[in-house]
Amino acid sequence: MTFLESFLNALMLSAGYNTAVVAIGSALLGAGSGAVGAFVLLRKRSLVSDAMSHATLPGVVLGFLTGVWLFGDGRSLPLLLAGAALTAGIGMICVDWIKANTRLTEDTAIGTVLSTFFALGMVLLTVLQSLAISGQAGLSGFLLGSTSGMLSSEAMTIAAAAGIVALIVLALFKEFALLCFDEDFAGSTGLGVRRLDIALLTLLLAVVVIGLKTVGLVLVIALTIIPPVAARFWTERVSRFVPISAAIGATGSYVGACLSASAPDLPTGALIVLILFALFAVSMLVSPVRGLMSSLLRHRRFQKIVHLRQGLLAVAHDEPILEPITRKLLIKQRYLTGDLRPTEAGWSAARRIDRDQALWNLWREEYPDEAHALADWSLKPIDEVLSPDMVADLETRLAPHDAANAAGGAA
Amino acid sequence: MDQAANTGGRGLKEAGQSATLDPKSPFSVSGLTVAYDRKPVLWNASFTAPEGELTAIVGPNGAGKSTFLKGSLGLIPKLSGEVGVFGRPIDEARRDIAYVPQRSSVDWDFPATALDVVTMGLYRRIGWLRWPGRRDKERAHEMLALVGMEAFADRQIGQLSGGQQQRVFLARALAQDARVYLMDEPFAGVDAATERAIVDVLKKLLSEGKTVLVVHHDLETVPVYFSHVLFLNGGTVAAGPVADAFTAENLQKTYGGRLAATQLAALDEAAAMKG
Repeated sequence: MTFLESFLNALMLSAGYNTAVVAIGSALLGAGSGAVGAFVLLRKRSLVSDAMSHATLPGVVLGFLTGVWLFGDGRSLPLLLAGAALTAGIGMICVDWIKANTRLTEDTAIGTVLSTFFALGMVLLTVLQSLAISGQAGLSGFLLGSTSGMLSSEAMTIAAAAGIVALIVLALFKEFALLCFDEDFAGSTGLGVRRLDIALLTLLLAVVVIGLKTVGLVLVIALTIIPPVAARFWTERVSRFVPISAAIGATGSYVGACLSASAPDLPTGALIVLILFALFAVSMLVSPVRGLMSSLLRHRRFQKIVHLRQGLLAVAHDEPILEPITRKLLIKQRYLTGDLRPTEAGWSAARRIDRDQALWNLWREEYPDEAHALADWSLKPIDEVLSPDMVADLETRLAPHDAANAAGGAA
Repeated sequence: MDQAANTGGRGLKEAGQSATLDPKSPFSVSGLTVAYDRKPVLWNASFTAPEGELTAIVGPNGAGKSTFLKGSLGLIPKLSGEVGVFGRPIDEARRDIAYVPQRSSVDWDFPATALDVVTMGLYRRIGWLRWPGRRDKERAHEMLALVGMEAFADRQIGQLSGGQQQRVFLARALAQDARVYLMDEPFAGVDAATERAIVDVLKKLLSEGKTVLVVHHDLETVPVYFSHVLFLNGGTVAAGPVADAFTAENLQKTYGGRLAATQLAALDEAAAMKG
């Protein structure tokens, strides 16, 4: 069986029961962390997950040792995750305490806690290795993540936990949105801002811990950051932003897990992160809402409108057209001939635009506040923007202006 | 602790406020002290808001005007002080309070439309585990119309001008349908149309018998827009009806040498004409 065949089989959930369960579990994990990560990003605390994930390492080793001490075997996933949650929670409290009680900013607190806890974990891990206890080979999987050899029961635990996290996010959706947008307003309505913050960080802690086995502690931060930043390109509404982020997280994790099933030698976590990055890159480039290509197109269209208009106004006032882009546009529209003489169509378009501009200018003089509020005044024909009675009113008022100008010109 | 907060301190006697919380006042603050890093910003500030009146909170930069609102709302930790809403502790009366924070306090790149933000004013009323329904959306639309922003309901908030953003904040507070409105610098940096829209909203609130406190920086419009004034500078300096309290003497006491004599005379005259 070729690599492609086995990958497609995994994608279609027909590569065996265990692979299918692991893929679905990974998808739910991605959805849960995408949803939590979306709110954490809006709260501007994305890097907290990095401190948490690195702070899990001492806990994983302690969990292993506890397992050995209690059952003679350290490879119990619940114990390992409980240990991870314990030290990650302590790390989180440390970050919070440093931020609240010193003048240090959150990023410096994160850097300090992250490196200290990781260093402690590395020391414990090395000591553990020197003890020659069997079964500790699996621990290195927590560093970079591995779904190969993951039991379906483990995958189901991960899936269930991620599903619970997603449900809690759904239940607190309004309150999280309020907290993330306007903390002071939320507090003024009596919403427990501090308790909500703790709830959000606890959910983050949960996805970091349950993501450890799949993605690994070094890369688990990607699961909570990349989906929301990719989702941000697709929408301007929080009610869609969070589900889109969850969908991107689920897709990336699912495809990554399937890839990993077909190529068991490659690290699962790294594959998932690379797929997520691909989704991010596509979002950044092609999204019609905030993507780079659409904003480039919008800019080009805007530039064209401005240059056409200025060129035609120059024609109407018999002024020279200096900018090459303006010339090219006017020639392309057949408003100018190749040797820069206005055509019949050019003259009539110029007269029309000149009239339009005069009406716009008059409107701005009369209603400065409304002109201030209207972003694209004078870039569209006035009768497409303002009401017909307003335009008619401006027309009648413009007439004496013209007469006066003509008289001035004659004198 | 209450005793300590109410005796001593320069604010109380000069302000002529009652030291205890007035159960009839919609919003009364007694002995509010707030410090950042052991440096007191607000010392023993007290104020009893008259019901159904429009009060301007004025004072120089760093006088603790925003801190007065935030401290009394419990948004920042206070060292001492009591806040009463019709005699009840504020935590039991959150629904009676609507707060309009400073526009610069939020990130306007947030993924939300003007309508979404106004709907947030209804969230507490809608309650836990429930989503805004059609009626809530309609109400949010009505509130946007009240501030002249119905045409911008679906616009992402970052694409609004500063004045329009301020109006969205105002509409959100209106949606709360509270009895007391606390506004932090709503007039700061807005265009003329927005200023008129805000004044219209203030008049509407007054006509409905609401009590409004506004942190205000433009002294010249104090006698024009407001009926009462609270002078703050690290504590309460003076308070009362504009006709009585908005005097050159109180301005001098609050702003010190920072106001030129001519400015004072002009303001005094404006107050006298209004009175």
